[in-house]
Amino acid sequence: MIELQKVHKSFGDLEVLKGIDLTVQKGEVLSVIGGSGSGKSTMLYCVNAIENIQSGKVLVDGISVHDKSTNINTLRQKIGMVFQQWNSFPHLTVLENAALAPQIVLGKSKEQAEKIAKEQLDHVGLGDKFKEFPTRMSGGQQQRLAIARALAMEPEYMLFDEITSALDPELVGEVLDTLRLLRKEGMTMICVTHEIAFAREVSDKVAFFHQGVIEEIGTPEQVIVNPKKERTQQFLSKVLQ
Amino acid sequence: MSQIKTKYIVYAAIAFFVIFQAYTSIKESTLTYYDLIFLLEGLERTVYISVTAIVIGTFFGVIFGWIKSTTGAITNVFVSGFLDILRSVPLIIQFILFYAFMGILEIDISVFWVGAIVLSAYTAAFVTEVVRAGIDSVPQTTRRAARSLGMTYWQDYRYIVFPLGLRAVFPSWISIVLSVIKDSALVSVIGYLEILKTTEELISKTQEALLLLIGVGVFYFIISYPISLYAAHLERKLKV
Repeated sequence: MIELQKVHKSFGDLEVLKGIDLTVQKGEVLSVIGGSGSGKSTMLYCVNAIENIQSGKVLVDGISVHDKSTNINTLRQKIGMVFQQWNSFPHLTVLENAALAPQIVLGKSKEQAEKIAKEQLDHVGLGDKFKEFPTRMSGGQQQRLAIARALAMEPEYMLFDEITSALDPELVGEVLDTLRLLRKEGMTMICVTHEIAFAREVSDKVAFFHQGVIEEIGTPEQVIVNPKKERTQQFLSKVLQ
Repeated sequence: MSQIKTKYIVYAAIAFFVIFQAYTSIKESTLTYYDLIFLLEGLERTVYISVTAIVIGTFFGVIFGWIKSTTGAITNVFVSGFLDILRSVPLIIQFILFYAFMGILEIDISVFWVGAIVLSAYTAAFVTEVVRAGIDSVPQTTRRAARSLGMTYWQDYRYIVFPLGLRAVFPSWISIVLSVIKDSALVSVIGYLEILKTTEELISKTQEALLLLIGVGVFYFIISYPISLYAAHLERKLKV
C-alpha cells in the first residue's frame, strides 16, 4: 500500500505540494490528472524519494520513504518507475538495458538476469529486439523497453509519469496497450497522464490535481464523467475539446 | 573516399621529401651509431614521462572532474581556482618555477619527477574540464531512471554516467594525450634528457640541425599518429 500523509513540498519559495493525502491499495490503479504545474509529477517523484519533501509522510508498505534510516535503494527495488522521456541507456543493447539492474542491484547471475529480462521484453512485445540498440528504435518501442526494464526488477508498484506525452500520436496506442496488459495482471499503478479516456477506462480511482492540492478524487465515473468541482469541469472541458 | 585518398597522397609526398632529404644528409653526416642510441634513449624518456603524466593526470582529472560536476561542494571552489592557475600559466614557466622552488626548499627530487609532477598537474587541469563536461552530458533524467531502478549513487556512476559521459568526451581526451606528448618537450628547459634535449645536444655537437630536427619530428609523428588512428577506430566502435 502506498500512503501519502499531509505531504508538503517546495522548490525554494514555490510550494508545489500543499498537503497531499492519498492512499493506493494493493492491486489498485490510480490515475492523476491536472494541468501542468499542478504538482502531479512532483507527487510521483516524492513516492520513490527522487524528490525529498518538507513535511508529511510517504509510506510504502508502512515504511517511511523519506526517513533517514530507510535504505532507499532497497525500497526502490519494489517501486518501478517509467518517465516521460524514455531514458534508455544508449550504450547498452535492449537486453542489457533490461538485465542490468537485476544483475547489479538484485545480485542475480548473468543468465538469471537475462532470463528475466527476456521474459519481460517478450511481455511488452520486444521479443525480437534483444540485440538492437535503443537509439535505433522508435519512441514507442523505447518506452516499452523502459517498462520492461522496470518490470525486470519484479516490482510490486509501478509509477508512470506522463509516459505517452513525448510520443508521436501514432505510437501512443502501443504503450497504452502495454499498460492495459499490466492492469489486467493486477499490477498496482499510479499513472500521471493526459490521456483522459485511458484514465477513465483503466483506473479504479482518479485524482484531479490543481495548484498543489487534490481538488477532487473518486472513481472515474465521479471525477471524469460527473465532476462536482468547477475547476475539474473547466479542466476537463478544455482537454476533451 | 577521394578525400582520404588525397590525404594519403599528401602524406606520401611529405614522407618522400623527408626521406630524400634525410638520405642525402645522412650520406654526409658525421653522426655515429652511438649518437643514434643517445637519441633513442631520449625518445624512451619522452615516452616514459608522457605516459607517467597521462596516467597520473587522468587519474586526478577524473576525480577533480567528478568533484566539479557535483555542485555545492566547497572543495569545488578550491579545485577550480587551483586548476585555473594551472591552465592559464604557460607550461614552460611552471617547469622553471617548480624546479626553482624545489631548489629553494632544498627538496631532493629528480629532474624526472619535477617534470612529471608539473606535467601531470597540467594534464589533470585539462582532463578535469573534459571529465566534468562528460559527466554533465549525461541527462539528469537518465540518471534518475538508473536510480529509480534501485542503483546506488556509485552504481549509477560505474554503469551509466562514466560509460556514457567518458565516451562522449573520448576524442577530447585523445587531443589532450597528443598535446601532452608534444608538450613534454618543454621539460628540456630544466635539463631532463628527453628527445628534444638530446637532439639539441647533438645539434651543438655536429651542427646538423636540419637532419636531426627532421628525425625528431618523424619520431613524434611515429608516436602520435598511431594513437590518433587507434582513437578514431575506438571512437567508431564505441559510438552510441
